[in-house]
Amino acid sequence: MSQTRNERPAVMTFGDYEVITPPNKLRGAVSAVTDNADDDPVARAEAALSALSSEFSGWMDSECERLDAARRKLKQTGFTKATRDELFHAAHDIKGEASTFGFPYVAAAAGSLCRLIEHTPDMTRIPHLLVDQHVDAVRAIVRENARADVQEIAHALTKRLHEVTEEFLVHENRHRPDYLETVAGPPLIPHD
Amino acid sequence: MIRIEFTKLRFLVIDDNAHMRRILRTLLHGFGAREVYEAEDGAAGLEAFTHYIPDIVITDWAMPIFDGLELTQMIRQPGANANPFVPIIMLTGHSEKKRVVASRDAGVTEFMAKPISAKALYERILNIVANPRPFIKTKTYFGPDRRRNVNPGYVGPERRKGGKADVMKQTPLLDKAKVIG
Repeated sequence: MSQTRNERPAVMTFGDYEVITPPNKLRGAVSAVTDNADDDPVARAEAALSALSSEFSGWMDSECERLDAARRKLKQTGFTKATRDELFHAAHDIKGEASTFGFPYVAAAAGSLCRLIEHTPDMTRIPHLLVDQHVDAVRAIVRENARADVQEIAHALTKRLHEVTEEFLVHENRHRPDYLETVAGPPLIPHD
Repeated sequence: MIRIEFTKLRFLVIDDNAHMRRILRTLLHGFGAREVYEAEDGAAGLEAFTHYIPDIVITDWAMPIFDGLELTQMIRQPGANANPFVPIIMLTGHSEKKRVVASRDAGVTEFMAKPISAKALYERILNIVANPRPFIKTKTYFGPDRRRNVNPGYVGPERRKGGKADVMKQTPLLDKAKVIG
């Protein structure tokens, strides 16, 4: 939006703080209208996203390739900041995108891998086998996404991964037992 | 009813993942936005912010060079750039409480945990446009008022000293629009 000239923030000063009301530059983008059921911007955006959805499967494949490449690099060079970050970002992106791409059951396995990487104090102690199991689980759930029982398969895989990961994290964080509570996220397993 | 004229808004989307940028661009265009600019990391995002002067910034958290949190801290520097008040939506795969609090304390306007949905994004934008919050400046914080509501049951110490304006009551445009509509 074009900026209004000579508009300055209104500032009120109190004991140890200021309250600043900036000029509302976005006011011009708001209008009151009578109820118009035909004009639904959310539905329009959902339709636009739906039109894009034929590409999602290919996108998820490329994200899995990226995760696998990060795993291979980790095996070759061991845990360094670079290999750790690459693996974490690949898993983190899958966690965030999976549902949007139509692979909702992948998110928990990818999220478990993120948690393993992020909350292990000494990354060199992360077992490569556990990384492998996470990456393989992600790939398996993506591969079997079209199966009618994919939810059960994903649930079984992710539940076990989650248990092993939590056991490992509790052990690795035994010198700071409160830490894991402070970083508790929403449950990775929707139902048990 | 209230309507947002998306054609009047300029967006900047900062995310290192090309797929997520494409999704955001698709959603924003679906809403009706025409001006959507993109950057693929925090540094490019800061440059694009300075260049395009967007009305709303949507940023990822985890990005190379510097992340979305650092980017927010750089933008929220009074006097250091064209618009330190710009609304910032943090869109991230992080959903832990400590992350939400860290975002809020860095000056993020709205927090959105992935997976993204058209409805959730629209609601955040609607809140930003129709219900702007004043900014608070203290020795340690500069950003949107973190007190969205008055909590009559609060019994802790008063952290803001010396004023009657502990909570700034504003009539949101949304309420005004409802009255008009």
